[in-house]
Amino acid sequence: MSAPRASALRVRALRKRYSDVVAVDGIDLEVSAGECFGLLGPNGAGKTTTVEICEGLTTPDSGEVVVLGRRWTSDAAGLRERLGIQLQESQLFDKLTVIETLTLFRSFYRDGLAPAEAMDLVRLRDKQASRVGGLSGGQKQRLALACALIGSPELMFLDEPTTGLDPQARRQVWELVEDFKRSGRTILLTTHYMEEAERLCDRVAILDHGHIIAEGTPASLAASIPPPPSPPRSDVATLEDVFVHLTGRHLRDE
Amino acid sequence: MSSRRHPLVELTLVRVREFSREPEAIFWALIFPILLSIGLGIAFRSGPAEAIAVGATSPALAGALRGHPGLAVELMSVDAGRHALETGAIALLVESSDGAAVVYRFDDTNPSGRTARLLADDAIQRGAGRADPVRGQDQLIREPGSRYIDFLIPGLVGLGIMSDSLWGLGFPIVEARRRKLTKLLTATPMRREHYLASFVLWRMILLPVEVVVPIGFGVLAFGVPMRGGIVSIAVIAVLSGWAFAALGLSLAARPRTIEAIAGLVNIVQVPMWVLSGVFFSSQRFPAWLQPFIHVLPLTATIDALRANMLRGVGLGALWPALTNLSIWTVVCFVLALRLFRWR
Repeated sequence: MSAPRASALRVRALRKRYSDVVAVDGIDLEVSAGECFGLLGPNGAGKTTTVEICEGLTTPDSGEVVVLGRRWTSDAAGLRERLGIQLQESQLFDKLTVIETLTLFRSFYRDGLAPAEAMDLVRLRDKQASRVGGLSGGQKQRLALACALIGSPELMFLDEPTTGLDPQARRQVWELVEDFKRSGRTILLTTHYMEEAERLCDRVAILDHGHIIAEGTPASLAASIPPPPSPPRSDVATLEDVFVHLTGRHLRDE
Repeated sequence: MSSRRHPLVELTLVRVREFSREPEAIFWALIFPILLSIGLGIAFRSGPAEAIAVGATSPALAGALRGHPGLAVELMSVDAGRHALETGAIALLVESSDGAAVVYRFDDTNPSGRTARLLADDAIQRGAGRADPVRGQDQLIREPGSRYIDFLIPGLVGLGIMSDSLWGLGFPIVEARRRKLTKLLTATPMRREHYLASFVLWRMILLPVEVVVPIGFGVLAFGVPMRGGIVSIAVIAVLSGWAFAALGLSLAARPRTIEAIAGLVNIVQVPMWVLSGVFFSSQRFPAWLQPFIHVLPLTATIDALRANMLRGVGLGALWPALTNLSIWTVVCFVLALRLFRWR
């Protein structure tokens, strides 16, 4: 990392327990402004719970969350104006068109993009009059990203933005996230795809059972373990290899 | 974009668009009540009073009975007559007998049977030369306001407001929650009051249509009276619309599945369908049930509409029903706000 930058997100000693399981068990995170930070881990590792606490959608049992220098307990309304959020599994209104959806979301924010600009950014301009229910999975996901973007957020939370998409649609989403990065936004994304984290993230934290088991740049994490034994897929270790090395399991194992 | 609209307007437009792009919703909200009132209007039309079918076992008796316009007389054998009586084809069988001059055979728990017995006896006695010591004269009343269709139209208006509110708010709210759309909206700066208010506003937009369509149909097709005037109908309808919108919001506050909200709506709605006097007077239920029936918002709506439209009772005299609706509104709104599950 170059010169130290302002903190966009700081999380200390975060804990969240549901009735039968400890979802988040003492997590510390620091995301700098302008950085793309990845939370990596298998299903059930605590990624979504961690992100939703940061988004102010879930209340932690204990711990400290500071978002853009503010706290959810005191500045919730102001914070919402500055965040862009895409949720895992959230669907939009099927009977609205693309432009109607964006116009609706735009109306919630004081400042932001024009719906037309947002459509251009996610390359949905030619679909503006189409009903959301008729869009493909990739187009719906791009629309969800446009909704997250419409308030011109400083910090974006993207929870598994490419899960369930075909490879081509996934690549289109990656290009969008790279555009967001270039425009100077801070991004926190969760994923269980290695290639995604390696391509998009400046730094990653690997979560397992509610703990962070490794943290750093993708390259430094890959360099920190011995080269993979067999079967050798490439000369350098991947994040997948890091996870297997640390836990003895594969990332996509349940 | 200079023409940015208020979020409440945008959220209400969502409701309008979802409704107008759902042909089934339009059918149930607007067309169905008209079809229902046409059907029921035909079934319960008030034509000339229908003659009661009776049987007679001898030509002499049949001749005497045919002198009465209220009876449709058929000459039949004793066996055929008893069979017709058992199967309900006739309400009364008049037989000649050795003991008495005439025997009336009928089921005394059947009102038609009892009526036929009186009419038949009257015809036979007069035919035999009885003179009435007191002369009576019939004056028949078939005026607008006292027919079944007059009773029915206010009931259908209340029924429409109730079921459109409960289904029309319950389904979209629960569906948005199930799809995690509500959660996504709460992740934006959207104000939660705006979300809830958009559903109430939407109900107020649809309300005039729900009220004007069945009442307009009743007035134009059947001459149903509006003796209390349009303004008081509007006041009753709006108070009822608020009460049921609030009830709909509170029912939709928690459920996560369509099955759960459908069950809840039915549990709340079906007793009112039966008890609140939509199709027949709620007075038919026993006295111990009456206090409960009177608390129901549908009873308040329908009773107020009927008193106002059919008898011209003014809003001032309807204060118990209007207060009832206002209490339902406040209590259910508070409940909905307290209980609403956003995630």
